[in-house]
Amino acid sequence: MTREMTGAEMVIEALADQGVKHLFGYPGGAVLPIYDAIFAQDKVRHVLVRHEQGAVHAAEGYARSTGKVGCVLVTSGPGATNAVTGLTDALCDSIPIVCITGQVPTHLIGNDAFQECDTVGITRPCTKYNYLVKRIEDLPRALHEAFHIAASGRPGPVVVDIPKDIQFATGVYSKPKDFAHTGYKPKVKGDIEKIKQAVELMAHAKRPLFYTGGGVVNSGRAASELLRELVKLTGFPITSTLMGLGAYPGTDKQWLGMLGMHGTLEANMAMHDCDVMVCIGARFDDRITGRIDAFSPGSKKIHVDIDPSSINKNIHVDVPIVGDCAHVLEDMVRLWRTEARHADKKAMGEWWKQIDKWRARKSLAYRGSNEVIKPQYAIQRLYELTKDRDTYITTEVGQHQMWAAQFYGFTEPNRWMTSGGLGTMGYGLPASVGVQMAHPKSLVIDIAGEASVLMTMQEISTAVQYRLPVKIFILNNQYMGMVRQWQELLHGGRYSESYSEALPDFVKLAEAYHAHGIRCQKPGDLDHAIKEMIDVDKPVLFDCVVDPKENCFPMIPSGRAHNEMILGDAGVSVEEAITEEGKVMV
Amino acid sequence: MNAPTTTHYPAAPTAQKPETHTLSVLVDNEPGVLARVIGLFSGRGYNIESLTVSETEHRAHLSLITLVTTGTPMVIEQIKNQLDRLVPVHHVADMTLAGNSIERELAMVKIKGKGETRVEALRLADAFRARVIDATTESFVFEITGKSDKIEQFIELMLPLGLIEVARTGIAAIARGPEGM
Repeated sequence: MTREMTGAEMVIEALADQGVKHLFGYPGGAVLPIYDAIFAQDKVRHVLVRHEQGAVHAAEGYARSTGKVGCVLVTSGPGATNAVTGLTDALCDSIPIVCITGQVPTHLIGNDAFQECDTVGITRPCTKYNYLVKRIEDLPRALHEAFHIAASGRPGPVVVDIPKDIQFATGVYSKPKDFAHTGYKPKVKGDIEKIKQAVELMAHAKRPLFYTGGGVVNSGRAASELLRELVKLTGFPITSTLMGLGAYPGTDKQWLGMLGMHGTLEANMAMHDCDVMVCIGARFDDRITGRIDAFSPGSKKIHVDIDPSSINKNIHVDVPIVGDCAHVLEDMVRLWRTEARHADKKAMGEWWKQIDKWRARKSLAYRGSNEVIKPQYAIQRLYELTKDRDTYITTEVGQHQMWAAQFYGFTEPNRWMTSGGLGTMGYGLPASVGVQMAHPKSLVIDIAGEASVLMTMQEISTAVQYRLPVKIFILNNQYMGMVRQWQELLHGGRYSESYSEALPDFVKLAEAYHAHGIRCQKPGDLDHAIKEMIDVDKPVLFDCVVDPKENCFPMIPSGRAHNEMILGDAGVSVEEAITEEGKVMV
Repeated sequence: MNAPTTTHYPAAPTAQKPETHTLSVLVDNEPGVLARVIGLFSGRGYNIESLTVSETEHRAHLSLITLVTTGTPMVIEQIKNQLDRLVPVHHVADMTLAGNSIERELAMVKIKGKGETRVEALRLADAFRARVIDATTESFVFEITGKSDKIEQFIELMLPLGLIEVARTGIAAIARGPEGM
């Protein structure tokens, strides 16, 4: 539709044209015209957060649970700088976000005006792309391009910085038909010759392994379906990164569990010993590879990634395939079928026998207790009591996040929202707000730690305001658990500043926010308390008091290889297991 | 621009006439300096029309950035002050304000053509003291040095004679006389 309107009205018009239903934001001087435009319409619903970081995380949760672009609106200066953590988080985890920031009027830019900051300068390294719109004629195109760039190729956050005079100015709005940036053309279809090579390698593999990541989830539902089909067709074992959980069902017998620093023994040993590694939508992150020169030394590596710069970045691969996971997987499945490929039965039998030996070590085992709630047990019970429901899980960052990844059996994509790349404490609560907004009837749980959740606790107020019954399940061990674990392993048990001193009473805190508070201290009471949490139709702060000394195992110490894991019950002195170089690597 | 009463920002000042200035900026040759200088321009909404950077004193690790920018006298003054404030910047000289500088630019101009246009291109190149630095039976690459307007003029003339491509260095400037920067 083409008609004359103000820049502020264009913002709302463009959002509506892009099918945006919810916008997470916080008003301020430099965005007041846009808030005026919001006031006058009912196409886009604004969700008022309590801090701009929360707005971006909520939009991330919204985006990851729906596959759509998440939208944010914040003011200039502090509004924009507060959004930076969220934007960086979205960049690291490839989450499509469009963030509209207000800016001081064009004639004041560079003058150190009130609430001015160099938003495009500050956000350049933490966005996929950003715009400073200085002419009203450029605004409709910038807004629509922002959505295209955020969602296409490797997704990411895009900032559109709009000075206040441009919001007031009038111009002609229309949705552009074409895309102006001729240089930006993400390659979706993989090179078929390379894919043939990959299938050839896979068919002759003796010890193959799928290693998948968040790219499969980002690629959409079809990618997960095709992945499942290919894994079934080949009979290969499969492991995944933290980001990729749910793309393949965690309950299936070909599933080895998560890999990496806190992955299972079988996943990491299979990575180390495999002869053909099929990496799909993962990026050989340092939490995954461990020691680079000892990483899977005997394997031919196939790497499917939509971002060419991810290929050969950390690890040299033999068959690089640039393309979208769903497209490449479709080709792989088709080639496997039409060429009537089959895996080497005898070799596969031996490979699975070996994997079963590793599985028999039960690397996730922990010592149970009748006296104190073990955090692993809490996650297991949470899983058992919620697995048959329509459930979405978000997390904060730390030990609880790893236990959630290890013990919650994800069976569907887009159900697991966690800050993987940036590791942002305080991500989970606002993310759960965004998820619940998108799925009002579903059960949305933030598996949290008591330290992380305090970083963005104010967003419980948002949940209460919009009647979003998010469940904040806090594994309260009174420590920044992962920090304490590292201090125990690397710094002689000197727990410098990692004790959560002067914690609030979470039950009273919940009441103060008009939410519901529950405290549970005994393993015997846990099931009942979790059921209460599920049944209460309100936001809940669940203070689950757990064993304060529990550590997260298994673990690959820094600077070590996949086959040098420490197991919880192995009795290895952890100090001996970590080398001097390892201490530096963190 | 609209001047709505519903804003808490002061109105734009009555416009001064924009001027074009050439600035020489002596900086430490260390990673990130160019990004800082350019970031200052984009962040504050200033324009860069030409930019030339090269290490000029290897032993002292100093680079000279010559840039051409346009703005009102107030904005130009602000740009110079902002540049001067950057930690790795040693000196900022406004060559335009000093009024005694020499400015030169080098361009390589590729022409494709046969017959009369080819001869004409060669003739004009000679008049402009441009040198042929590459030739095939159907193309030339000319090298021309001079003030920017001379180069502009040369390119303009080459346009109907089969101009294919132009590569320009941007301006380098130096003050006349015995004094250094």
